[in-house]
Formats: sequence, structure tokens, C-alpha cells
Amino acid sequence: MISILIRRTLSLAVTLLIVSLLIFTVMDLLPGDPAAIMLGTSASPETLAALQKQLGLDQPLPVRYLAWLAGAFRGDLGQSYTYGVPVAGLIGERLIVTLPLALIAIVLSVSIAIPLGVQAARKHNGVFDFVAGLFSYISIAVPAFWVGLLLIILFSTMLGWMPAGGFPGWDAGLLAGLKALLLPAVALALPQAGVLTRVARAAVLEVMNEDFVRTARAKGLSEGTAIWRHAVPNALVPVFTMLGLQFTFLIAGAVLVENVFNLPGLGRLAYQALSQRDIIVMQDVVLFFSALVILMNFLVDLAYLVVDPRLRAGAQ
Amino acid sequence: MRKLLRRPVFLIGLVITLALFAIALLSLVWTPFLPTKMNIVHKLKAPLDFGLLGTDQFGRDVASMLMVGAWNSLSTSILAVLLGASVGTAIGVVVAMRRGWLELVVMRGCDIVFAVPPILSAMMLGAFIGSGRFTAIIAIGVFMVPVFARLALGAALQIWTRDYVTAAVSMGRPKAKITLVHVLPNISNQIIVQVTIQLGLAILTEAGLSFLGLGMPPPTPTWGRMLADAQTFLGQAPWLALMPGLAIALAVLGLNMLGDGLRDLLDPRDNS
Repeated sequence: MISILIRRTLSLAVTLLIVSLLIFTVMDLLPGDPAAIMLGTSASPETLAALQKQLGLDQPLPVRYLAWLAGAFRGDLGQSYTYGVPVAGLIGERLIVTLPLALIAIVLSVSIAIPLGVQAARKHNGVFDFVAGLFSYISIAVPAFWVGLLLIILFSTMLGWMPAGGFPGWDAGLLAGLKALLLPAVALALPQAGVLTRVARAAVLEVMNEDFVRTARAKGLSEGTAIWRHAVPNALVPVFTMLGLQFTFLIAGAVLVENVFNLPGLGRLAYQALSQRDIIVMQDVVLFFSALVILMNFLVDLAYLVVDPRLRAGAQ
Repeated sequence: MRKLLRRPVFLIGLVITLALFAIALLSLVWTPFLPTKMNIVHKLKAPLDFGLLGTDQFGRDVASMLMVGAWNSLSTSILAVLLGASVGTAIGVVVAMRRGWLELVVMRGCDIVFAVPPILSAMMLGAFIGSGRFTAIIAIGVFMVPVFARLALGAALQIWTRDYVTAAVSMGRPKAKITLVHVLPNISNQIIVQVTIQLGLAILTEAGLSFLGLGMPPPTPTWGRMLADAQTFLGQAPWLALMPGLAIALAVLGLNMLGDGLRDLLDPRDNS
């Protein structure tokens, strides 16, 4: 187990290094000088040269990359051009909005998908199965940001129950913060729930007829208990795999939903950085998000090893 | 034909998709009004009050904008998926032919590319080369490459184990020729199904990009920007936020159903 862990961690580190190198190089290969893009067309040559020097653009690519990497290890991601503060601090400040948002969305989507998928599998080909199927078809097709708009129309413009957007900050209290994140999280969770319902249904259907579930039923457990205690835990593996695979889409959704609800999260930061041409912030946020996706898939891989001893043997 | 009728998912998907294509193509030759024509006197009219679906904040006809939006969304998405499918499939079948260290490197590469959501790569690209249709196509297409590379590799590896391929190898046929004659035709069904499904995803992504202002520039109507514009008028004219979203959802729903239906039709083994 420990040797697998070490090997996986090493491979994770290599992947992260390659990703950072790739993003750094692609940004470098793209036409246009970051300093010129940041300053716009009206900048004098002196200002341009000064910013180029400040950004280290006069250095060759490998030197810049290594300097940036060394900084990243110390928690120094460079200085934001528009905000005039360290990017690491900016990311941290925004992360306390995006991370809870994503977590609530994940919890919501799983707690919708598992009961729905399990019930659909139990009533296989029945009315409930049909309705659950319809739900997943529709929720996969609707864009999360549109759901956000509809929720705003319903719950804030028409009913006036919820704020239309914005975030009071965690200082305003846990409840106020959670309230501001609820609608965005629902918007973000819905498409995920559709995908996960399908996976959960298929997974439960597959294990429902396995020997161990039949045995559980034969030894006198009710069908419900047999399924929830024996079939569902086995069906969770594909659900969590899908959750890992869908993480990229969750992040993309978060970028959009944060913009709909005006939440000061990482996605909004990336968008603001784009409109303000703050290349360093954008590069760091993209890297951060990509690293998060890779880390998430790494954790899902590890979770298998913990959950399923057979995979541990297979990975030797 | 009777077999087709017993497959409602495929049929509904087909009907929606055909309608979408028909509307998109029709918009090239006819729309009720000029979609870019402003008419401030008639601004923010409710559906049926002016035109079929009302007007936006500049008095432009929503129905006409939606029609042109269908063409813009579809054409961008099709080009992006074709880019991803052709490059990805080519990578997949070549790797299946060579295997070895190449397989490891390409698969790792796929993981890495897949880790960057298209919204973010479109932002990076947009900052340097400007946003627009080209940026959207590249950002979405590049993200699709790993999807097709993985699919093609998996499917192609299976074909390579078939007896007729082994026979062709032992007869001394070059690997490239086997790939062209045996592998590609036999994995094409799976690729086509995936193209349909990814087209839905591309439409969703394109709408997201346009929503953020990273898609085609104004005044070209896109579903995403219509939603972004509608956000300012949620209180006054909530219907403006309804129609473009419905259009996106219907288009994606149709393509997903068509893809699922095609998969069942083309792969009779998987009929559970």
C-alpha cells in the first residue's frame, strides 16, 4: 500500500510539473507581449520596458519558468498587476467562496443522485425509472448558468426570498454566507446530479443481481436493506469516479455561475483578470484550477485503493 | 422502420436535431425580421406583443435572433467537434498501432489537456489573440481531442486483437494500411455516436463562452450573449432570459438523445 502511495504521489508531482510547464510555454508561445497587453496601446516605451523588467520578461523562458516555480513553492505566485497585491493572497481570498460553493454543489448533487438512481434501478423500467431518466436527460442539457438566471427570477425577483447575488462575506455570519451560496450551488449541482443519477442507476442495476446481494436477500434481509447495505456501497465506486471526471465541468460551471450571481470567487477573479488584462493572475488561476482537477482525480484514485482491496492487489 | 419506431429516444432526438438544423439553415436565407435591426420604439415587448417572441432592450426581434443564434452556435460547435474528433481519432489509432512508450505519453498528455476547462483556455487564448469564433473553436476543439483520442485508442486496441487483423498482419500488410482498411471503418460507429454527444457539450460550452463575452463579437446574435444581455432585465422582461436558455437546452437534449439512440441502434449488444 505504501509503495503504491509513493509511486502515485511521484507521478502526481510529475504531472503537475508538466502541466505548469505546458501552461507557461503555451502562454509564452501565444503571439503578443504580456506587458504590452496589460498596458494597452497608449503606454510609452519606457513604461513598457519597466513593466517587462518587473515581470522578468527580459529573461529567457527557462529562467522565468524556474523562478516562477521556485516562487510557487514558497507560496509566492507573483504580483497582480491591477490589484498590486500578491496573487497567492488573491487566490486564497477567493477560494473561501469557490471551495464552499463547489463542496455544497457536490454534496447536493450526490444526495439527489444516489436516492434517485437507486430507486430508479429498483423500479427498473417502471414509472419512477422513466421520471428519473427524464430528470437526468433534462438536467444534463440545461446550462448551469441559465438555471442560475431562472432561480434568480423565481426566488429573488418574483418571491423575494433570496438575494439576487453578491456575497456578504463569512464575517457576516455562517448562515448569511451559506444563504448567498445556496442558489448558485443548486444551479451548479443540477447538471452534475443528472449525470450522477445515470451512473448510480446503472451501477446499482449491475450489482443488484450479483450473488452477494442475492445472498443478503436470501438470509432474510428486506430488499431495501439488502440494496442499501450491500448493493449501494459497491455502486458508489463508479459514482465517485464520475464525480472525479466531472470535476473539470464543475469548475467551468463555477466560473459561469459565479458571474451570474456576482460571487467574489476564483471564477470571477479569472474573468476580471481577463477583462483587466492581468495576465499573471489569469495564468495562476488557470494553473490552480488545473492542479485542482488533477489533484481531485488523484484523490479519487486513492479512494479506490482504500475502498476496494482488489485494486490494491492489482496495482502492485 | 418499425424497429425505429420502437425507439422513442432515438426518434425524439432525431426530430429535435433535424428541427435545429432546419432552423439554423433557414436563418441563412430568411428570418422574420433583420436580427440586428434596432427598433427602440418597440423595445422590451412581451412575446406576441411584437413578433413571435417579443423584442430585446434595443427592440430587436427575439425570434430572429434565436434563429441566427442557432446557426452561430451549431456552426461553431460542429467545427470544434470536427477538429477534436479528427485530431483525437488520428492520435488514438496511431497510438494503437505503435503502442509502447508512446501510449503512456499520449495518455498522460490527455489527462493534462483534459484538466484545463475550455472556458479557461478560451480566456487565455482570448487575452492574446482576442476572443471570437476562432478562439472558441480552438478552445472547445482542443478540449475534445483527449476525449476522442481515448475512445479511438480503446476501440482500436480491441480491433487489433481480432482474427482478421491478425491474419492481415501475418500476411505482411503494413500497419498503416491495416489501420486505414480495418481499424478505422470498424471504430467509426463509436466515433459517430461520440461526435453527436460531444456536439451537445460543445453547444453548452459555446453558450457559456458567449455568455462571458468570449464568443462571437456583437452584434452577431448568440444564445449565450442573449442570456447575458437578458440578465440586466430580469425584473422587467424575464421572458428574455427564458427563450435562449430553452433553445440551448432543447438543442443539447436533442443531440444527447440522438447520440444515445444511435448507440443503441449501432451496438445491438448493449441493449440492457
